[in-house]
Amino acid sequence: MALDNAVERHPDPGRDASMAAGGDARAGRRKDDTGLAVLFILPALIGFLAFLVWPTLRGIYLSFTTFNLLTPPRWVGLDNYVRMVNDPIFWNAMKVTLYYVVVNIFFQTVLALVIAVMMQRLTKKTWLRAIVLTPYLVSNVVAAMIFLWILDFQLGIGNHLLTLVGLDRIPFLTSDTWVIPTIAGINVWRHVGYTALLIFAGLQTIPETVYEAGRVDGASENRMFFSITLPLLRPILALVLIITIVGSFQVFDTVAIATAGGPVNASRVLQFYIYDLAFGRFQFGYASALSVALLVVLVVISFVQYKVSNADSTDLG
Amino acid sequence: MRIVMTTKRRRRSIGLLTVATLATAPVLAACGSDSEGGSGSTISYWLWDSAQQPGYQKCADAFHAANPSLTVQITQYGWNDYWSKLTAGFIADTAPDVFTNHLNYFAQFADLKVLRPLDQLGPTKDIKNTDYQPGLAELWFGQDGHRYGAPKDWDTISIFYNKKAIADAGMTEQQLASLTWNPDDGGTFEKAVAHLTVDVNGRRGDQPGFDKARVKTYGWASDGGGGGGWGQTQWSPFTGSVGGWTVTDKNPWGTTFHLDDPRFQKTIGWFFDLQRKGYMPSYQTIGGSSSTVGPDKQMQMGTAAMGFNGSWMISTFAKLTDADGKKIEIGIVPTPVGPSGKRASMFNGLADSITTQAKNPQAAAKWVSFLAGQQCQDLIGGSGVVFPARPSGTELAVRFNKDKRGLDVTPFTDQVKDKTTFLFPVTGHAADITALLKPAFDGIYIGSAEPSSLTEVNRQIEDLFKVGS
Repeated sequence: MALDNAVERHPDPGRDASMAAGGDARAGRRKDDTGLAVLFILPALIGFLAFLVWPTLRGIYLSFTTFNLLTPPRWVGLDNYVRMVNDPIFWNAMKVTLYYVVVNIFFQTVLALVIAVMMQRLTKKTWLRAIVLTPYLVSNVVAAMIFLWILDFQLGIGNHLLTLVGLDRIPFLTSDTWVIPTIAGINVWRHVGYTALLIFAGLQTIPETVYEAGRVDGASENRMFFSITLPLLRPILALVLIITIVGSFQVFDTVAIATAGGPVNASRVLQFYIYDLAFGRFQFGYASALSVALLVVLVVISFVQYKVSNADSTDLG
Repeated sequence: MRIVMTTKRRRRSIGLLTVATLATAPVLAACGSDSEGGSGSTISYWLWDSAQQPGYQKCADAFHAANPSLTVQITQYGWNDYWSKLTAGFIADTAPDVFTNHLNYFAQFADLKVLRPLDQLGPTKDIKNTDYQPGLAELWFGQDGHRYGAPKDWDTISIFYNKKAIADAGMTEQQLASLTWNPDDGGTFEKAVAHLTVDVNGRRGDQPGFDKARVKTYGWASDGGGGGGWGQTQWSPFTGSVGGWTVTDKNPWGTTFHLDDPRFQKTIGWFFDLQRKGYMPSYQTIGGSSSTVGPDKQMQMGTAAMGFNGSWMISTFAKLTDADGKKIEIGIVPTPVGPSGKRASMFNGLADSITTQAKNPQAAAKWVSFLAGQQCQDLIGGSGVVFPARPSGTELAVRFNKDKRGLDVTPFTDQVKDKTTFLFPVTGHAADITALLKPAFDGIYIGSAEPSSLTEVNRQIEDLFKVGS
């Protein structure tokens, strides 16, 4: 999406000219493509309606019921939402999730930006660029498993290395102070390459001429980064942030594998709480209400972000 | 793979097991679908303990020999996946015909009406409570008075100990077998645990200068907070022998809970204080609720000298080896005697249930009746993995352990013989109760909550029953 947007900003003059020429040559009314268009859109539309719109609507409906999946839902009005507002674990989950998103997004974006700029400015080697993406090819579950082992308090090689350099062992996944930063770190490791790739694609759209001009004026790499790269990258960065923040809010698998929400509730993020309520405790109605709350939060955040960052306009040109 | 092999039956930890089994699940599923298609006389049967699969395969073969038109297809999933697969199966119409049921899930399934009453099916109509160890069969009656499970096995709790650690401490098995405890000073039990604890400087827990922050071997192994199974392998042998305390007013189907009882809270406080004294690993050390390092591994690594565990772990403990691959000599002694003047152990049992989705209920009932019968339970007993529900099968398991493993497992069976057991609390809202108890007990274990916080948790649990669902 971000990439299309960027490309559109550089319309190919040649293409415009040829289209205009073609129009002249035919000199008649263009054939109506609507039927064909609908045909092409249809497969995607069916998927969209069946797998996104319908479940969302049904989820919203279920949030006003009690439902255990095996017996028919019973309408209870706003009961689930009243319960949600009074549920301390829900508010704690909100807080924990927010904390996670802030830590995760901050480190991920900064690191991804650094990696992307290095890929752009320092190396042209494809294999080096490819390596950056490799953690993303590992499934979340596998990554969580591996880190669970590495970071184990007694058996983990990570803690073993800490003791070798004379440090104390750290209860990465078993203390309430460490657990969220650790999970955030695991997911940074996995996603930073992908994020860097998105940003890298954005960097490619910045014309080399701008840098040449900068170099002619004697600007340092640092100066060019802050005065050229960052401002021109803003729309891409904004879209990358929207995508990664929405994804970050939905953190689940790492938590499910590594901590199951513990210690106590220190890593009980919203998605895991929702999952546990629905599939562990058969409270699909209440779980749906929490999902609706998450949906609202995400819509608001995305909207505000989009507006604040002016993601639909660029400073180029 | 090792992890899967030693998967505990009663654990609810999401962790390594999950993924290890996730990896094997598709393989098993693939195997299953190969041989399933076609004949309607195939009975699908699920269990979670891989160690028991070979035994039940023998039963399935014997069943097939007796009923050539019926074939049993056994599928095994690890503990965590087992229950989510089963739940998903009930929803998606892919549940097995027969499955191994656990008391913690039984109530929920009965509420959801996905189990078939066994007393309404010909082959299982005549299952007699008196054929099994006392109390086991009665637990599987729903609130509607129907039988939903046929008893297959039972388990109790004992202390597993490392023989070398005991000898090094100058202690004897006789001493260990006659320990007593109380919630005030811990009694001879706490003295033994302290003495078995050794810090990195070689000082014991009862010696001056003991460094509780740098312990090499803990006297007592930890199996976590125990909020997920009523402290079965953690604190239930203590709270059960404190005197006059039970989880609920009646069992099964109690609705009044006693977590607010001062005797209970005092016992819980004393138990988790062992950790603050440096005698038991901390929550952080063993990996908390998704524990990867259970008592068996703690003893294998030499970080613990002894600890509670269930009879289903006998074969795992019997096979423990040290880093050099040398066998670790393990012994078993009964749980300590408490203020009540007696020992106590939770008495839990599994059963086989038939789902409402069973395609051929009569055939499924035939298989369940076979599983609950003498022939199959003797086969299981002879394989020495668990204690079958029938007394004769239990005898065979005791003999197998004595002859083949050189292990005296009578500490487990004595609890039943001496009637010092209490039954696993079967209640409604079991999943909601677990969701409340797990964080609550983890908090007490970590030290971020006081045992008195259980009074509020008790109120929340009882509220579940007032609101109704």
